[in-house]
Amino acid sequence: MKQLTMPIGDDAIRDLKVGDPVLLSGVMITARDAAHKWMIETFVKKTREARGDDLDVYEAIQPLLNGGAIYHCGPVVAGLDSKQYKFVAAGPTTSIREEPYQGDVMRHFKVKAVIGKGGMGAKTLAACGEVPGVYLHAIGGAASLIAQTVSKVVGVYKYDFGVPEAMWVIEVKDFPAVVTMDSHGGSLHAEIEARSKRELDRLLAAML
Amino acid sequence: MRDLTEQLIELVRRTSTDLSPDVQQTLEQARAQEDAGSAAQSALGTILENVELSRRNSTPICQDTGTPIFYVQHPAGWSTRKLREQIRAAIVEATQKSYLRPNAVDAITDKNSGNNLGDNAFPTIHFEEIEGDELIVDVMLKGGGCENVGAQYSLPNSQLGAGRDLAGVRKVVLDAVQKAQGQGCAPGILGVAIGGDRGSSFYASKEVLFRKMDEKSPDPQLAALEDRLTAEANQLGIGPMGFGGKTTVLATKMTGLHRLPASFFVSVSYMCWAHRRRRMIVRGEEVIYE
Ligand code: SF4
Repeated sequence: MKQLTMPIGDDAIRDLKVGDPVLLSGVMITARDAAHKWMIETFVKKTREARGDDLDVYEAIQPLLNGGAIYHCGPVVAGLDSKQYKFVAAGPTTSIREEPYQGDVMRHFKVKAVIGKGGMGAKTLAACGEVPGVYLHAIGGAASLIAQTVSKVVGVYKYDFGVPEAMWVIEVKDFPAVVTMDSHGGSLHAEIEARSKRELDRLLAAML
Repeated sequence: MRDLTEQLIELVRRTSTDLSPDVQQTLEQARAQEDAGSAAQSALGTILENVELSRRNSTPICQDTGTPIFYVQHPAGWSTRKLREQIRAAIVEATQKSYLRPNAVDAITDKNSGNNLGDNAFPTIHFEEIEGDELIVDVMLKGGGCENVGAQYSLPNSQLGAGRDLAGVRKVVLDAVQKAQGQGCAPGILGVAIGGDRGSSFYASKEVLFRKMDEKSPDPQLAALEDRLTAEANQLGIGPMGFGGKTTVLATKMTGLHRLPASFFVSVSYMCWAHRRRRMIVRGEEVIYE
């Protein structure tokens, strides 16, 4: 079991290979569909003008994302009224929806680890090679267990995206995940996909 | 008519936090079958640990508490309007108590309603009047990740060489499982409906997921195909979370509908391992949670 602490250095990233189980500690930010779209349009492609608190949020998240980790997660959070936030359930969401954005977000902010479920595609794998970075697979649905590794909710940005889509800044301790895409071009997902396709073709060719 | 809001909140709590024993049992069997020390076995271990923890702490098994889908069977004389109001009130309260995540997003404005209430399909409630004097409420929490990998095929499908018969059905179901990979939080449970129109077909593919894990289709042909599909899906080697392994599908549930001569739909609803569905029966003053 390898320990990773955010911010993560390049050597630690290059040291990781597909199949390695890891435990993450430190600060990470949750971001999913709305947040990725917002980051890309406002700051990377600049097709949308910054407005409201956009620039303040950008300044606040930049240092956290540099060498940091993005978690694809829409949590159940208690204490919404009192603002004494506590993560109750916080498993990963499907990552592939961020495939159009993820690579560019990684390059722009120097994000070293992307955590989610289901894996990502060629664009993100290319960014993992360049930045360098890794994709870490958390156990989908293991929401209560993962929430227990969240020791503190540091704050929340873009709350108006809604609770699942907001950017929650959290501190974690021993957050469990498995490396399924590494910085050397390795992807467990591409491998399993190809293997299962061969097996499917074999099954479809057989008679009932 | 009695107010069942409190009982409905309890039903939702149980559904979200306390996985049904029959589902847990198949997960335990799957863990025993995977190779010792494999990523597949460790994923199933984490899943089972999470199931225990959620039950103990009364916290959601998964943060995506999905679309709440209710099937209410009621005796004559019950007001479905009042029942709907009570169900909606229970959903708001269960969200307050963090048993549910606010999940209802207006598709046009992109606004999350914040309390899990949307239009008439959110929560989804089906009513049916039945004989006798028991009220039966079934609820399912259908998550988005697995819903997204569901699929509907119109047969014949020349690409897969699938004709309008059970042999063709087998082919498209296997194709759906391969396309889903681990995205729907494998290992999954397949709900398959053959026939109907596009709407009734998908509806039936969800309803069939209420069956017990070991309950087979009453039609011997379909029962045999269910077993075969589970076995063959597991040969694909996708495994828990798509990590590779022996367990891709825990069970397959199939049902047939009447179709138009021109149409032959096969609908596959993929249910993730977090198969949250529960039943409550109201018999006079007594309320039973199954
Ligand atoms: S697919 Fe199921 S287990 Fe996975 S995140 Fe969605 S609801 Fe949770």
